[in-house]
Amino acid sequence: MKEHLLSMHDLTAEDVTRVLDTAESFREVGSRVIKKVPALRGRTVVNFFLENSTRTRISFELAAKRLSADVINFTASGSSVAKGESLKDTALTLQAMGADAIVIRHSSSGSPLQLTRWVDAHVLNAGDGTHEHPTQGLLDLYTMREKLGRLEGLRVAIVGDVLHSRVARSLSFGLVKMGAEVTLAGPPTLIPPDAPGWGVQVSYDLDEVVPKLDVCYVLRVQKERQRLEFFPSVREYARLFGLSRERASMLPEGSLVMHPGPMNRGVEIASDVADLPQSVIEEQVTNGIAIRMALLYLMLGGGNQEVA
Amino acid sequence: MSAKVMEPDDVRRALTRIAHEILERDKGVDDVVLVGIADRGDELAHRLAREIQRIEGPEVPVGVLDITFYRDDIGLRAEAPEVHETRIAFDVSGKVVVLVDDVLFTGRTIRSAMDALMDFGRPRKIQLAVLVDRGHRELPIRADYVGKNVPTSRADDVRVLIEEVDGEDAVVVEGAR
Repeated sequence: MKEHLLSMHDLTAEDVTRVLDTAESFREVGSRVIKKVPALRGRTVVNFFLENSTRTRISFELAAKRLSADVINFTASGSSVAKGESLKDTALTLQAMGADAIVIRHSSSGSPLQLTRWVDAHVLNAGDGTHEHPTQGLLDLYTMREKLGRLEGLRVAIVGDVLHSRVARSLSFGLVKMGAEVTLAGPPTLIPPDAPGWGVQVSYDLDEVVPKLDVCYVLRVQKERQRLEFFPSVREYARLFGLSRERASMLPEGSLVMHPGPMNRGVEIASDVADLPQSVIEEQVTNGIAIRMALLYLMLGGGNQEVA
Repeated sequence: MSAKVMEPDDVRRALTRIAHEILERDKGVDDVVLVGIADRGDELAHRLAREIQRIEGPEVPVGVLDITFYRDDIGLRAEAPEVHETRIAFDVSGKVVVLVDDVLFTGRTIRSAMDALMDFGRPRKIQLAVLVDRGHRELPIRADYVGKNVPTSRADDVRVLIEEVDGEDAVVVEGAR
């Protein structure tokens, strides 16, 4: 396994398969009465979250605790970061306290990479700016493989605000790596201009895409990242690119509806669509714990890089 | 240098005898469940279950346990040990659990297996069945049912081959001597 996980590009297709297979065993651990194994006893995992998060932070915390690691949660407010301590000094402090792994979320793209230059600990990217969110991408791949039995040849549309979405980037890179056919669908203003270079298709007409899908992956409209207006109104967006009841009924039998959360019900996804049986949004969350356990186990369970 | 210490017939006879011993010691198999340790022990556990059924009729539940997460050498190796499947689809509380493994060596695997098992419930009793006991214990652990005691040197490699996995039944000692 790699020393750090910063991007989906750090992993080969074999690595991805190994992570998903390992996560399978951790799913079983999550179904036991005692959902805890002693694999990472004595290791310290620091959750360093400089941007708001519910599910990713809790998911990483649970994952580390279920592996019996010691977990320290660390957010901007209530720490010296709020007093103006730099990222570097904060990182060196964590290093000095003996962190074995640092899970970082930061609003600046590339900050996890920067962190690897300062610390010896394993660094896991839990979302950096508009760059990547590889653990989300992996849990989505896991969910698709679990529900549909394969990744190769799957037809997946990633719908909405791709431009600001680190989830869309990680997921696209992962799906292409595993041989799936990916279509990015959204308003032209929200599709990155370099997207064709990712090995994906681009469509500006959701109705044309939906009837041919195995997975319809709906992205959140990220109001907090939109410094400019990218579409005329939320209502128009919902009408053209929201997954409404009517659009969902055009999906082929057995296909999945996915969303990374948190949802804006009524904007990118209709409320009753989010609650349909083919929507696996809650399973995504459950699988996220298993994926993060697998990553922590594979990265921290392998011993010292220098010794190896 | 390698020597075959058990032939297919020897393996079959040993498993038949162990099945009889389990029935005798536990006075039937009403509360008995078999749990094989991945990845050879689970095949042996299924064989034992078939033998017990052939001898007395009742079907004994069989589970498979992966002990990877309970190993005491995680972090001491270059790569994280590969994980296998765990599937125990029954409650072990109050049961006599017979752990089944291919080779008993240092006893560390069995220690891990007992820790893992405790996370699934509180067995009334845990027993241990192994096809080969090769000695060199590092923990105070012994087997209740042994297919064959094989004296070995510490550096030897003892391999149990199982028809379902390897195409034939055999026990081979690859010597460093």
